[in-house]
Amino acid sequence: MTSRATLHRVVVAVLLLPLAGLVWGALQDSLGANPVEVMTHETGEWALRCLLLCLAVTPARRWLGWSSLAPYRRSFGLLASTYAVCHFLVFLVFDLALDPAFLAEEILERPYITLGFAALLCLLPLAVTSTRGWQRRLGRRWIRLHRLAYLAGGLAVLHFLWLAKADLAAPLAHAAVLGLLFGLRRLPQRRKMPAKAST
Amino acid sequence: MRSFRPTPVPSSEITAEGVFLRRRAFLRAAAGTAVGLGLPGCSDAEQAQARPGEAPLLKPLTGVIPGPKELQADDPPTAFKDASSYNNFYEFGTDKSDPAAHAGSLRPRPWSVAIEGEVGRPGVIDLDDLLRPHTLEDRIYRLRCVEAWSMVIPWVGIPLAAVLKRFDPVSKAKYVAFETLVDPEQMPGQRRSTLDWPYREGLRIDEAMHPLTLLAVGMYGKVLPNQNGAPLRLVVPWKYGFKSIKSIVKIRLTARQPRTTWQMENAREYGFFANVNPEVSHPRWSQARERRIGEWGKRPTLMLNGYGEQVESLYRGMDLREFY
Repeated sequence: MTSRATLHRVVVAVLLLPLAGLVWGALQDSLGANPVEVMTHETGEWALRCLLLCLAVTPARRWLGWSSLAPYRRSFGLLASTYAVCHFLVFLVFDLALDPAFLAEEILERPYITLGFAALLCLLPLAVTSTRGWQRRLGRRWIRLHRLAYLAGGLAVLHFLWLAKADLAAPLAHAAVLGLLFGLRRLPQRRKMPAKAST
Repeated sequence: MRSFRPTPVPSSEITAEGVFLRRRAFLRAAAGTAVGLGLPGCSDAEQAQARPGEAPLLKPLTGVIPGPKELQADDPPTAFKDASSYNNFYEFGTDKSDPAAHAGSLRPRPWSVAIEGEVGRPGVIDLDDLLRPHTLEDRIYRLRCVEAWSMVIPWVGIPLAAVLKRFDPVSKAKYVAFETLVDPEQMPGQRRSTLDWPYREGLRIDEAMHPLTLLAVGMYGKVLPNQNGAPLRLVVPWKYGFKSIKSIVKIRLTARQPRTTWQMENAREYGFFANVNPEVSHPRWSQARERRIGEWGKRPTLMLNGYGEQVESLYRGMDLREFY
């Protein structure tokens, strides 16, 4: 049990390393010619990756029988929200100079920003209601609410695709993973969920 | 084992500070002689060995005179390290760091350029022969990328007009089309069809003949690093950076407006003119502001990248929203 909890902590810490690297790099001025672009791209891509990991937990339990992964879903989801908030803050501070008029203009006039902002708005209530208390309070509605994670994934992938100039390889790869995870979810469940590991 | 002892530098070899500080005046004085000696000289293979960040390997250009004062930008130049490590040059990959990492395979010499189309004297000319009659000039220009970032680069080159005139354009020549080398061996990014190779660009003849329009062979006083478009590139400072085509092998004068790479890729987003214009947004993002490389925040983008005074007469009577 303790080794499992330790492993869980290690996984979370590893997924926070890119964020630590960005903070360190920004302080050391070692992020290259355009540090803001690096911070924007890295936080955005890690938000999407953590979200895809989060959405992969249920299929992995269902199809591979990895039931011990269950507690990871919440961690991956919170990591995705953390990176998404950082992504938004980098944009707000360095691109928009914290100007609400600039923000409103970007959200209203640039469809890829609209999509990205919508994805963030989907993730925030999920982060807030990720606690056991909220899960209990919302009951069945909690499951329905947390399906927003798929919507956030779709919006985030479109946001990523819409930005590409000519090279679609990276956004398409993320879109393909999301498509696969969504497809797995829709497949009829042939066998029952494997019994809870009794170890 | 023999111990290594550095040879002391004799005081006769140390340049006096005053002379060092007046080196531009010295170069200017020497320029007249240099032209006679067959310079600009950069016909060597040393450059191909240059690696990113190893600027000293790039050969310094000699016989360079300062360009016309009224054409120089006052802005402080971008760090050489940034200008040579953050590049869009899809022939070497689509990441900004790819060109510096992969352009070592480009062989900038020997290099020849074909001059074709509506000219009295078409032909294929060795690059050194093409450059020989001209005097290289320093030109400090702002560079504004369509992606909303910018730099300030001290180029070394010659006005395109002076080169074109030598080939006697005929009256039917209304446009100039340029092409980049196609050779997937030298340009590994061309193994993928990210763009429809060769990279193509074009200018209207009056734009091509404008005194600001430069054929660059160097920057920061040295020959161009491969990732910046060695050995010969265009620089059109009032247009978005993608107009300034790199590693040119063909210049063709035409009667009709040529097709250009980004226009072919997405005509709605990238026009033939591609003049820097803060009032005409790219369909996906605003062009009103830009991030100057080296700065954290954004600054307003200037109409025609601040070159309005020099070039706005080229577009008198044209709707720049329609001809973007």
